Amino acid sequence: MSHLLTISLVISALHLALPILMPMLGGLISERSGVMNIGLEGMMLIGAFSAVLVTYFTGNPWLGLVGALISGVMSGSALALMTVTLRGDQVVASAAINLIGAGLTAALIPVIWDIDGLTPSVAKIPSVHVPFLSDLPTVGRIFRSLSLVDYACFALVFIVWWVLFRTDAGLRLRACGESAESADAAGIPVVRTRFFAVVMSGVFGALGGAYLSIVTLDMFQASMTQGRGFLALAAMVFGKWRVWPGAFACIAFGFADAIALRAQILWRDIPHELLIALPYVLALLALATFVGRASGPAGVGKPFTRA
Amino acid sequence: MTMTASDPKAAGSRQTRMDPVAMAESLRPDTGESAFAAQQMLPRLIGHFHRLSGHLGGQVLTFMLTIAAALIASVPMIWISGSELWLTTTALFGGALGSGPAIAETLVQMIPLLIAGLAVAVAFHASLFNIGVEGQLLFGGLVAGIVGATVDLPPALLMVACLLAGMAGGALFALIPALLKAYRGAHEVVTTIMMNFVALAVSEYAVAPTGPFVAADQPSATERVPAGTQLPIIWEGTRLHAGLLVALGAVAIVLWVLYRTPLGFRMRLMGANHGAARASGVSIERMTIFALLASGALGGLAGAVQVLGVYGRFYSAFSPGYGFDAIAVALLGALSPIGVVASGFFFAVLHAGSVPLQAIAGISREMVGVVSGLVVAFVAAQPAMLRLLSSLRKPTIDDSLTESESEQQPAETSARMEMPS
Repeated sequence: MSHLLTISLVISALHLALPILMPMLGGLISERSGVMNIGLEGMMLIGAFSAVLVTYFTGNPWLGLVGALISGVMSGSALALMTVTLRGDQVVASAAINLIGAGLTAALIPVIWDIDGLTPSVAKIPSVHVPFLSDLPTVGRIFRSLSLVDYACFALVFIVWWVLFRTDAGLRLRACGESAESADAAGIPVVRTRFFAVVMSGVFGALGGAYLSIVTLDMFQASMTQGRGFLALAAMVFGKWRVWPGAFACIAFGFADAIALRAQILWRDIPHELLIALPYVLALLALATFVGRASGPAGVGKPFTRA
Repeated sequence: MTMTASDPKAAGSRQTRMDPVAMAESLRPDTGESAFAAQQMLPRLIGHFHRLSGHLGGQVLTFMLTIAAALIASVPMIWISGSELWLTTTALFGGALGSGPAIAETLVQMIPLLIAGLAVAVAFHASLFNIGVEGQLLFGGLVAGIVGATVDLPPALLMVACLLAGMAGGALFALIPALLKAYRGAHEVVTTIMMNFVALAVSEYAVAPTGPFVAADQPSATERVPAGTQLPIIWEGTRLHAGLLVALGAVAIVLWVLYRTPLGFRMRLMGANHGAARASGVSIERMTIFALLASGALGGLAGAVQVLGVYGRFYSAFSPGYGFDAIAVALLGALSPIGVVASGFFFAVLHAGSVPLQAIAGISREMVGVVSGLVVAFVAAQPAMLRLLSSLRKPTIDDSLTESESEQQPAETSARMEMPS
């Protein structure tokens, strides 16, 4: 075990947790406002693809990140249009986002790069050297592996928690998720709030995707998110729609992923095809054992229209 | 065709039609705030489909409108790919329907889409979204391939054993999400997706170079099933196999169970309103498990039929995402088994035409996935589209298709409900 539990395991667990953590926050914002978003997977793929696309043509990964965030606004708006404005079924509409996201990104790779399946490599977001912290003996390696995006992601966890649970705006958003009618009676613009929340979930999903494509890796591959958008939902349920427990669930998934990767190298007799399934099995176990009956916001799934 | 079972004693009257939605809606004031309401995601859409099901004209119209909207929305992709509209259209439809063999190939593609589409539709009727049909199809195919390669039986018996084993395999992969949904309240979308990844991992492991079931002469596949075990070819000179008959048989059975048996009625009632179903003595837990197992078994059957009919062995990459396209097939078909045949054929045309489309027009095969997604998106927007149409007072759309009308269903509807015997 001593070979397994090293500082590099922690590093890779962190890098594998963040692309689950960001969509988890997105899903949380959306569901807290009363809209179920199972389309995070598709939004992540579109975000990851846009990040690589913009980086490829501008050579600047920061512009790529901006491109990904804009794509998140677009995919989030598409879902919000279908579910909030047109009051379509939330599960079906977000399944559409998943199908379109997976199909469109895979279909556009050959159109733009003339190759199938994966893009050429692009510039990635560099890690930064933090004075003092990066020079620490053992822990320093962790800080040396982090980029500004990583720090921004950590900050976002705190910001989302603070806005949702410590501000009036957050209270209003959560009111829309518990009872749209009461929120409406209290003068909260339910439709506008939900629309905004769904757009934000698109932005967070796209950020998670861009993290995979231009922070962890330096290219886009068809279906590269590998179900992380759904693991994020499992983490959200596991954390009972709260920010910090959900974040810890994401980090646990990150460790499961990292252990599976390292175990492939350490114990060659374990079939690696089965190890890949470890985070998904863990998510199922988590849903089966620890959670108790899941109870989300009461208004999730109910479209709102003023009588 | 009216897919809704009717009470023969009072045929023709709209109120007496056995319609779980009408019953559910009439009970809504009492049950709307029940504990189950939060778990239930799909009843409004299911209600929309039920209202649609009484009107053949409305059904055909929404089917065509949805396809047209999705195809029009995919036109920009044709331009981006640098192709022309006319060339694309001829490549697609010529490739899928242009000749006898082309039609046979389209029907071959239709078989797994049709069975998998039924699988999704069955779960939807119980307001369960089984997004894990892809995994059930993979695992069902794997089990069928393994049984075919290892069990020693006469060919005809072995064929039946393979199909049954495939169904059992698919049902097994639906069992865990079913139990989690029924007893832990875990959303089936999340759990069935997790099972997809587990199924992918297991099937890749089984036929990996060092895996337990890999063939000696072929990587990533099981041994070929013995001669005579494959589903027989029913159109000489093409690949069209008896799986088509299996698929149509499945349509008939699902049709009968859903609309002519108490079991199907309870399932649809639960789909329309959990509270109403529970109040009339339906066990939500048991119906949830039954619906997901039935759905999983159909998913497994789709995989087994594909393995036995087309390849004669299990390949780890035999499904180009049939289980995901099946979602679009079920929704476009408005969850009606007959509708699923029509929408299965439409997607089969896309699948069969995607090969010439890539060769002639240079459009990626992945576009099928985009069209599926667009179809699903427009189905989600269907109630809104119909609201819009009827607000324009188009004579083609019956007013009763709209939501506002049906929410004022008379209360006595429930009193006249009769269970089919």
